[in-house]
Formats: sequence, structure tokens, C-alpha cells
Amino acid sequence: MTVPGSGVPNAAPQGPGGPDYVLRLFITGQTPRSTTAIANIRKICDEHLQGRYSLDVVDIYQHPEMAVSAQVIAAPTVVKMLPEPLRRIVGDLSDVDKVLVGLDLRPQKQVPP
Amino acid sequence: MTERGYAMPMRSQDTGRGAAVRSFLSKSPPAAGRSRLPKVLTGIEGFDLITMGGLPAGRPTLVCGGPGCGKTLFAMTCLVNGASQYGEPGVFMTFEENAEEVAANVASLGFDIAGLVAAKKLAVDYVRVERSEIEESGDYDLEGLFVRLDYAIKSIGAKRVVLDTLEALFSGLGNTAILRAELRRLFAWLKVRGVTAIITGERGDGALTRHGLEEYVSDCVILLDVVAHEQVVTRRLRVVKYRGSAHGTNEYPFLIDDQGISVLPITSAGLGHEIDEGIVSSGVPGLDAMLGHNGFYRGSSVLFSGGAGTGKTTFAGIFADAAARRGERCLYFAFEESPQQIVRNLRSTGIDLQPHIDAGLLRFEASRPSTYGYEMHLARMNRDIDAFDPEVVVVDPLSAFRGTPTEIHNTLMRMVDLLKARGVTALFTRLISTQELHSGTDQGISSLIDIWIVLTDLEIAGERTRGVHLVKARGMNHSSQVRQYQLWDGGIRVIAGAFSGHRKPSAAPVLIASGKPAAKPKKSAKKSRR
Repeated sequence: MTVPGSGVPNAAPQGPGGPDYVLRLFITGQTPRSTTAIANIRKICDEHLQGRYSLDVVDIYQHPEMAVSAQVIAAPTVVKMLPEPLRRIVGDLSDVDKVLVGLDLRPQKQVPP
Repeated sequence: MTERGYAMPMRSQDTGRGAAVRSFLSKSPPAAGRSRLPKVLTGIEGFDLITMGGLPAGRPTLVCGGPGCGKTLFAMTCLVNGASQYGEPGVFMTFEENAEEVAANVASLGFDIAGLVAAKKLAVDYVRVERSEIEESGDYDLEGLFVRLDYAIKSIGAKRVVLDTLEALFSGLGNTAILRAELRRLFAWLKVRGVTAIITGERGDGALTRHGLEEYVSDCVILLDVVAHEQVVTRRLRVVKYRGSAHGTNEYPFLIDDQGISVLPITSAGLGHEIDEGIVSSGVPGLDAMLGHNGFYRGSSVLFSGGAGTGKTTFAGIFADAAARRGERCLYFAFEESPQQIVRNLRSTGIDLQPHIDAGLLRFEASRPSTYGYEMHLARMNRDIDAFDPEVVVVDPLSAFRGTPTEIHNTLMRMVDLLKARGVTALFTRLISTQELHSGTDQGISSLIDIWIVLTDLEIAGERTRGVHLVKARGMNHSSQVRQYQLWDGGIRVIAGAFSGHRKPSAAPVLIASGKPAAKPKKSAKKSRR
């Protein structure tokens, strides 16, 4: 299921093949954690991936088979389908640094001074 | 241990071989007036017996053990049996191997995973947990897992679920506090769903499982173990805990081979077996005559002991031949010679076993005693006996087993028990030296044996002469003479009448002149006629 308004790229894709970042967020119905995760991922994408991403939101209660095919264990989970390599970020995405690491937008070994 | 079986009231009805499990289970379903924990059969030979009916229905069971101890096979066997034999579809959720690997691993046991999946009797979901892919950011739960499990259960109406091995989650996700809370929720959820679940767990240091799953799964805990002793590997199973149910508490040997898993329910055997008054011929008329009833009681245990070259295997082979001629099935456990060798050697005494093998009445199971530990041998014999359902069993020779007298005694006791429980007439052979015969090292074994026949090899006037006598024959008015016997191309000929040896080989004294036993004058004159 695609949450209205989120299934389309938020901006015109760059390059011929579509958006650079293809993300899929797996949530569980209308739980607070689901809502938080949607809000957080939108915010992060708008700040860091402006115009370069597409985001699908999938409710695994409605589509359990997609949880199976995407190897989802935890909820919420964002799966970065593209670019390679595939990454999963689990949680309500409140830790922005971890999300950026997961999206390969920030190197993993960054230690704050 | 001396009066095995004979304290029981005599009943002449057929004991129904292979009936230990069946008869037990027929007695064990909910007795009137006592509500018992509902259970589901695993279909694993022996396990359902020691747990008195299988796993707790609708509840989770933890199966733990070290690497390679057979956890996955155990769980898979319960699942496949449930799906194919008991009409209970099952979900196999694996965290370690993908569906193809799982199917390949159990294909050797004859499990057709693909077929069961196609028939909607089985669902396999491979949960891949890859640490390097996962980043954790904020709060989460394992709802994805719940959704997948629920989806799999609903897709086939599953009654059984296997989670193999949940602990893989701990290596993939870092927040153990969340994991623990979620696992607790998972087990509660499984109970609410009313599925019979098997959760496997790797054994940890000083704990049953590495991540303490036993804290959550408290209904039934089964521990599997592999022990190597003098390069011989024995697998053991123990029911650590079974809430609300009695269960066997020992460590039970179990076996994994091409026929699946079987557990040997040692202590389930006892002295409660029914007994039979029918007579089975030894195949040697002269020996039958010595026994007083023209043979052995059906269901008794017979030991032939003697020195090298006294013809123990010949006696055993003739016994097997006689059984097959009566149309009975005979299972021959050969521990020293190959079946071909035994068949060939017996031909020299005019006995041809090959037609019986071809007719499916005689089956050889040959293995070196050192191949397995005692318990594995027992488990294997138990399984073979269940499968072949023989009337007659030969173990040739017992002496091939080396070990402490206690070990041998225990092994023999269990062997005798499992045969008696099925009403099988068993013939054991045992090689002993003359010194052993006189020093009485066989005494321990004697208490387990109903009929003990000693073969001796004496040199008289430059000629080897063989003598046979009965040390004991429970419940039989037997001859106490030492009689001479010969092996010839027509079998074994026992020459009637006591023969005079220079060295009397045992405590059975013989009055040569009259043939009357001196030591037991109370025995009737009937004896002297034999």
C-alpha cells in the first residue's frame, strides 16, 4: 500500500533512470511509532535528498507478503533499495545520524569531537 | 533382578510384538477423573513414550543443545510428522538456512519438503538477519516477525510452528532489551494462537541456551547432547522440564540416520511384560529334548556361551533357520562376521539361510560393535526390531562388546528388556574362556537370562569332544547332564545320555551310571529317560 502523496517522487528525478534513492518504509498500521517514523524519514529526505528520492510506505498489516519478500523483521524499517548496497534502518528513525549512516550519506566511523 | 518376568501371572495370549509404545499409549490417554495436559504426538519413535504422549499441545517447547546435536532435525521431524501423519500443518521459520538448504538437509531422511509445501501442509519462511545491513535508529519492535509468522500460520492453517534458531536475532539486532521484551511477547503470542511451537536454542556456557531462552519457554525443555567416548559418539536426549506432566527423567540415547530420529526409551521397559507359554524349538532336536519342553519358552532369553570353535554361531544359525521354517521372522544381529560369511559357513553344516533371506523371513543387521556406543547400538536395535517386527532375534556375539562389566550388564539388561517387552525370543551367544567359565564371570549376565546353555570343548584321548549342558532353564524341568554333540553336514547332533568327560566343565554334576542328576534328586525320574 502506498500512503497517498508519498508514492510519487517528491521532486523531478535527476538523471534518466529515475530517482537516485529508492526507499521503502515498512510500518505497522497507525501506531505512534509508525507515524513518527513517517514524519522522521520525510524530514530527513527533504533535508538531505531533496529531489533525489522516492519513498514508498508499506503497511505490513495490510501486506504481510511484502514483509516476507523484503525480509522485514522489525518495525518500523526503512529499506534502502537503491543505490546499492541494500540497507535496513530499523526503529522510529529518531536518531538522525544513524539514519544518515544507514543511507550512506555519512561515513560510519564518524565520532563527534 | 533375578526373577525377571516370572512374578507376573501367566497369560498365554500373544504379546503383540513391537507393542511397547502402542500398549503404553493405549493406556496413557486421559485416564478417567484426571484431566491431563493435552499433548501432540511427535511421531518420533520412543520420544512420545518417554514424554507420555508427545509435546504439550498449543504450547512452546524449547529444544536446546550444542552445535550438531540434531536440534533442527528433531524440530523438523516433529513438523513433518505432524503435517503428514497427524493432519497438523506446520510452519518452519528458519533463521539460519534458506528454504532450499533446509529441504536439502532433511531430504536424506526421506522428507519431501517441496511436496508438503505444494500440498499446503508446510510453509517455510527463511528469515535472513544480516548484521551488516542493519542500522538501528530509535525505538522498534519485532512486529515484522509477528506479521510474517501470523501470515505463514494463516496461509496453511498451521497447528505447529518451529522457530530455528531464534537466537540469530541477537547477532543481527543490538538492542537486547527490546529483543528480550519482544521474545517474551512472542512466546505469549504463540500460546494465545494455540500453536504447538518448537523453539531451538544453542547451548550456552553454564546455561541451557546462550541467551537464556529457557526463561521464557517454561512449559517443556528438551536437551540434546552429543558425547564422544573413546571415539564412539553417542547422542542423548533428556527432558529437562515438562510442566504439568510426568516424564522419563533419564538421558535417553537417540539415533539420527537415514530413517530419521529414534529415541530409545530405556526405562520404559520393565518387568511388566506379558509372557507366553508357547514353545519355540531350538532347531536341534537333541537340545530340545534336554530342555524338557522340546524347546524354549516363547519370549525367553537364551544364552549360548562357550569357547572358540564350539559352534555357537552354528546353534544360532540353526535356531534362525528353524524360526524361518516355521514361517516366523528372524532378525540376526551379527557383530563379528559378515552375513555372507555366516551364510557360507552354515552351509557346511547343511543349513542354507539364503532362501530365508530371499523370502524376507530372515534379516541380517551387521555392524562392528565399535561403530557405535552401547546406547547407540541399543537404539539401533530397538529401531530395527520395531521395523522388522521379528518373532525371533539372534545377537551374535554379545562378547563383541567390550567395556566394564557394569556397562555390559546394563546394555544386556536393556536389550533383554526391549526384547521381552515385545515377546521376542532372543538368542545371545557369548565367547568365554574356560577360566571365565569356572571363575563365574558370567554370573552377572546369568540373572538376566532365562536359559543358559554352555558349550565346552574338551580334549579326551587326543580328540576334541564337544559337550553341551544347561546351567539353567527357568521354569523348565531340564536335563542336567553334559551331553556330547557333533557338528556335521546335517546340522548338530546331540548324543543322548551323559558323557564322561575328564574335566567336568561346570557345577552340574552328572551321575553317569544311571544318568540321574546327583545334585537334584528331587527332580523326577522323567529326567533319567532323557
